[in-house]
Order: sequence, then structure tokens, then C-alpha cells
Amino acid sequence: MSNDTSRAPAGFWRSYVFSTDHKVIAKQYLSLGLFWALMGGATAYLIRWQIAHPDTEAPGWGFIAPDFYNMLVTMHGTIMVFFVAMPILLAAFGNFLIPLMIGAKDMAFPRLNMLSFWVFFLASVVLMASFFVPGGAAAAGWTGYPPLSAKMEYTGVGWGMNLWLLALALEFASFLLGGVNFLTTAMNMRAPGLTWFRLPVIVWMQLTAAVIFMLSVGPLIAGAVMLLMDRLIGTTFFLPEGGGEPLLWQHLFWFFGHPEVYVILLPGLGIVLDVISVFSRKPVFAYRPIIYSTIIAGFMSFIVWAHHQFISGIDPRLAMPFSITTIIISVPFAFVIFSMIATLWRASITFSAAMLFAVGSLGVFIFGGLTGIFNGSAPVDIYIHDTYFVVAHFHYTLFSVVFFGSFAGLYFWFPKMFGRMMNEALGKIHFWLTFIFFNAVFIPMHLVGLRGMMRRIANPMQYEFLKPLEPLNMFITLSAILLLLSQLFFVINFFMSLVRGKAAERNPWQANTLEWTTTSPPPHENFSTIPTVYRGPYEYSSPDAAADWLPQDRPLTASQAAGR
Amino acid sequence: MNADTATMSDTAVPPGKTGTWWFLASEIPVFGGLIASYIVVRLGSAGWGEASGHLNFSLALINTFLLLTSSMTVVMAHAAAQENDFRRVANFLGLTVLLGLGFLGVKAVEYTTEITHGFTPAAGIFWSFYYGMTGLHALHVLAGVIANTVLWIGALRGTLARHGHRVELAGLYWHLVDIIWIFIFPLLYLA
Repeated sequence: MSNDTSRAPAGFWRSYVFSTDHKVIAKQYLSLGLFWALMGGATAYLIRWQIAHPDTEAPGWGFIAPDFYNMLVTMHGTIMVFFVAMPILLAAFGNFLIPLMIGAKDMAFPRLNMLSFWVFFLASVVLMASFFVPGGAAAAGWTGYPPLSAKMEYTGVGWGMNLWLLALALEFASFLLGGVNFLTTAMNMRAPGLTWFRLPVIVWMQLTAAVIFMLSVGPLIAGAVMLLMDRLIGTTFFLPEGGGEPLLWQHLFWFFGHPEVYVILLPGLGIVLDVISVFSRKPVFAYRPIIYSTIIAGFMSFIVWAHHQFISGIDPRLAMPFSITTIIISVPFAFVIFSMIATLWRASITFSAAMLFAVGSLGVFIFGGLTGIFNGSAPVDIYIHDTYFVVAHFHYTLFSVVFFGSFAGLYFWFPKMFGRMMNEALGKIHFWLTFIFFNAVFIPMHLVGLRGMMRRIANPMQYEFLKPLEPLNMFITLSAILLLLSQLFFVINFFMSLVRGKAAERNPWQANTLEWTTTSPPPHENFSTIPTVYRGPYEYSSPDAAADWLPQDRPLTASQAAGR
Repeated sequence: MNADTATMSDTAVPPGKTGTWWFLASEIPVFGGLIASYIVVRLGSAGWGEASGHLNFSLALINTFLLLTSSMTVVMAHAAAQENDFRRVANFLGLTVLLGLGFLGVKAVEYTTEITHGFTPAAGIFWSFYYGMTGLHALHVLAGVIANTVLWIGALRGTLARHGHRVELAGLYWHLVDIIWIFIFPLLYLA
């Protein structure tokens, strides 16, 4: 199987486009994910403009009609969750880091890996095409609830919705193949000496995320097929007039949709933990309990989904257990958060750009976790459900991992990916502007929600009781535009560093894990010789070593070992 | 010593097999979700038994027989591959493909009869599930037929000998398709 890939590929197409090298594939996912992030940002801008200044011309675009607004909110959610968070956090970081961190030459199935990317590319093309078909793109919300999504006449969207379902199905297929690859690679290809409990936390989190994804997405694949059949060949799975059950979709969707939150969350937490450990010069606090809580959280993620249906009609005898599991699942994550704080405790911290984003992610995530307890409790949720309080809540949890987490990872691993250092000063400006404007957008949004403003309404000014919120909404929109503009610092830094950045050495951050033992960027097949691993990944400030770091592949000399 | 034997592997299982098992694990929730939906919706409403009575039980029984037999032939192909007897592998794979095609043929006859009698996918909620479940399953049978055909051609040409383990991987998938039918058959035709 690996015979075909042992030679370095020749030629432009085999090296950069149809490459089987996991590092190239990771960069392909990263580029496509960043492209979609621009689209997601653009939809956010238009949504916010419409809320603050309803029915006026949005600068740079024009008039936003209500049906176009429905499309915007639908596509914003779809793009950000499935086409930004998934490809960047899972596919890009997972593909890049797993083989390097386990000391493997490549993935277990390099050609399957290439196929995963191109199926995802196809999904992207289909989703992009859905904007241009008659009737426009999907407009039934990113959750696609029927009956709204099941019949064309309800939203006026025809093929846009079908293509939306097709794009999701393709994306799921792509990530299923990716998950098979991740798990097989980690199970079968670890370097000698690299036992399970010597793996970096990020690898554990990627693998748990892959398992959660693979075991939860099935029912939604079935649901997507059923919804597509309802739309195309007249079945009535979700249509009450034909004996179907619209609530069924909500269960199929959220049986996947809620675990999906953790699929995205775990790799983000893994990145943050790794970065915090390196820049604190301390081992990750309570490494094993973290792994155990991750696995427990993985199991628990399958029994919380119905908290999304508290007001859709659920037997109160069922609402209570789901309330309880939802609140309990915050315990393993609280473990992880406490570990981050304990790792920082009394550490000699270096606030590099990567570290700022990691710590920022931690702070923002705690805030989002706390509002999650409000939503998880059924009596409170009945009041705040479908308001901007919920919107603010999930942006606090998702933005913290997807954007703060990815930025931490990118500033940290950019030297390894591209062989050049990023500009630290620009990175720090990027962090502070992002951090300030993010909070300026989403803290007021909680207030707007508590005052009763509903999600997904095109014009809040139509409602008497929402009119006093106009200044607050204008402030949020202004902050959102500034938040988007702050990302220019990243874009400029990224491209400037790519061509003019300082050449990176092997191990610029003096980190322990295996990816730092090879060149930056690593050669084809990663290592000149497969490393042997002697210890866990977080031996910082160890009394056994003279320096404050001790790479996983460095044997202790006889005198050092005797001195223990 | 090549790199593959120098790595830490938890099991003596080759990557292809680990990967196949993970793939099968991810297939189960697809049908699991569909079957669970069927059970829940059926328990919540009446009139399903009457609709189910319009299905052709005898044809489905023949189909069950075809599929179960093909599970046996695919195991015999695997046994032959382990003995490196690729002529026998070709025979048994050919038989498996034939039985799979037979299953699809009978299914096509069933669909045609039902649709000409007015029981289209739009004829009610039972028929939605009937076409959804058997249709998705039939697509999986088709995929298995294609995979086994590719291997069969390889066995005829003598190129399969280098990848003999693939017979087992395709066989694992074929068993899954078979087992799913064992759930679908009683739920739709007998209940």
C-alpha cells in the first residue's frame, strides 16, 4: 500500500494538486477552509447590516430582501460549521499533526486521504453552485427543519436546498473516509516506544472527535436521504399530511448535531492545551485524567441531543433526563478547563501570539460554558430558546475553539507547515483587536436576547418591543465590522510571512513533541529515520534535563539517568 | 527490517482490516438511524400492517435465501484466497456476484409490481419507509456487487494474488449488507 508513495512525487500536479502527502493535503484543507471563512465572514457582515439598518443598501452589496436574509443566516451557519470549522480544525490540523506527532511517514491510506480531500472539494463546489441556481441557496436555517425544508413552496428555494443536502452528504462521506484514516493511522503506525499514554493531547482529542463523528453522523446521513426523497420523489417522512413526523428530523439532526459540537470542540481544546503547555514550560496538568474525561465526554455526547427540542414538543419526563445529562457533560469539560488553568498556575509564561490566542480561547470558552448551563436547564431554556441569548452562547463556545483555537494553532505550527516564522507583532495586534471586538459583539448580544429578540428575523424594527434595542444592535454591527476588519492583520501576516518570513529552525518554540525533531517544513515522508520515543510529550522543566525541555525522542545519557 | 514492522501496532491486524472495521462501524448508525425511525414512527401510528400486506412475501423470502447463500460463497472465496487457490477464488466470487445480481433483479421485479399497483413512494408513510430502507440497502448491495466484480476480474487475470487480503475486506462488507437485510426483512415483511 505504501509502496506507491515511497518516492517523492515529481511534477506540479502530483506534488501540489493530486498529492498523497498528508502535509500537502492538510494545506489544501487549510486553504479551502480559509476561503470559506471569508464567505462566512461576508455573510455575517450582511446579516449584521440588515439587523442594524433594516431594508437599506448594504455598502458593497446592495439591498437585502427578507428571503435573501433567510438564505444568509442558513448559509452562514452551514459554512462556518461544516466548511470552516471541520476542514480547518479536524482535517487540516489532524492531517498535518497526526502522522508527524506519532512519528509516521504518512497516513495509513495516503490515496484514501487524497480522495477525502477531493470529495470535500466536490462538496464545496456543490455548495458554491447552490448560490447560483434559480431560487437561490438553501433558506431553511442551518438545521434544515422540515416541513420548511421539505417543500419548495415554503421557502421558494428549489434546487438550492437539494444541493445543500447533497453538499452535506458529500462532506460527511469525506470526513468518514478521513476518520477511518486517522484512526487506522494512530492504531497501526506509531513510532517505537510511543505508547497510547505518550501521545500528545491533541492527537487523543482528534481521535476521539473522529470516533464521535463516525458513530453519530449515520442517522443524519439517513435523514438527508429521507429529506431528499421527500423533496424529489414524493415520500412523506417529515410531512404530517402523509403520516410523517417533522420532529423525527430534529432528532436525526441533533443526534449528530450535538456530538458535532464536541467534534469541533475537542481538536480546538487539544491545540489550546498543547500551546499552553509549551509556553508555560510546564507539563499539561493531570494528563491522564484529561484523556479519561475526553473519552467520557465522548460517550456522554451521544445522550444530550434532545436538549435542542425542549420547546419543540417533548415529554417532560424526557426533558428532565436530557437536562441532567446536558449539565453533567460540562463536568468532563470543566476538568479540561481546570487543567489549562492549573498548567498556567505559577508557570513562566511567554505571551507569544499563539499563547495569547490560546489563553484568549480559554477565557472566552469559560464564558460560553457558563451560559451553556442556562440553556441546558429546561425551565430557563423555554424562556431564552430561539433568542439572541442562544446565538451569543454558541458563538462564545464555537468562536473560542474555531477561531481563537485555530489561530493559536496556526501561529504555533505555521513555522513547521511552511518553514517560515510569522510576524509576532502583527500577531499580537491581531489578537488584541480580535479579542476586544469579539466581546464587543457578543456580550451585548446576550442582553438583546434576554430582552426577547428572536433569531432569524430579517427586520427587528417591525416589532414594537424590539425598537428600543436599535442602538444596541447598531453597536453590535459596528463591532462586528471592526472584528472582520481586524482579520486583515492575519491575512497580511499570513501571506507576508509565507514569502518573506524569517526562515524557521527545526524547533523554534523548544517543544518536545516529534514534529519538532524534523526539519521545517518536514521532507517527503517526514523523518530521515523513524524516531524512537522514550517519554511522554510534556517533559518541560524536568529535573532530569539541563534545559527546560526534553524531547520525546532523546535518550537520557547514562550519567543523567544515574542522577535520578 | 522495513518501516511497517518497526511501528507500534496495537494489534497484529493490518491497516486495511482496521480501516474496514472502522468503516463498517460508521455504516451501522446509518441503518440504525433509519430502522429506529421506522420503529418509532410505526409505533406512533396505525394502519401499517395493512400496507405491509401488499408486499410480496415469497419474493422477499427468495431474496433472503439468495443473500444468505452469497454470504456463504464469499466466505468460501476468502478460504480459497488463504490457500492461494485463485481459480477457486474466482469461481466463488463470480457466484457471489451472481447471487447479488439475482437479489437486485428480484428487488427490481418487486418494485415494478408495487409501483404498477399504485404503491409508489408517495403512497403513504409505510411506503416512504419501505422504499427508503430497501432502496438504501439495495444501493449497498450494488456497491458490494461492484467491489466483488472488481476482485473477480482481478482473480481471473491473476492480479489478485498480490492483494489476496482484499477478498476478506470485501467479504466483511458483504456480511454487513447481509446482516442489515436480516433486520429489514422481518421489520417490513413480517411485522
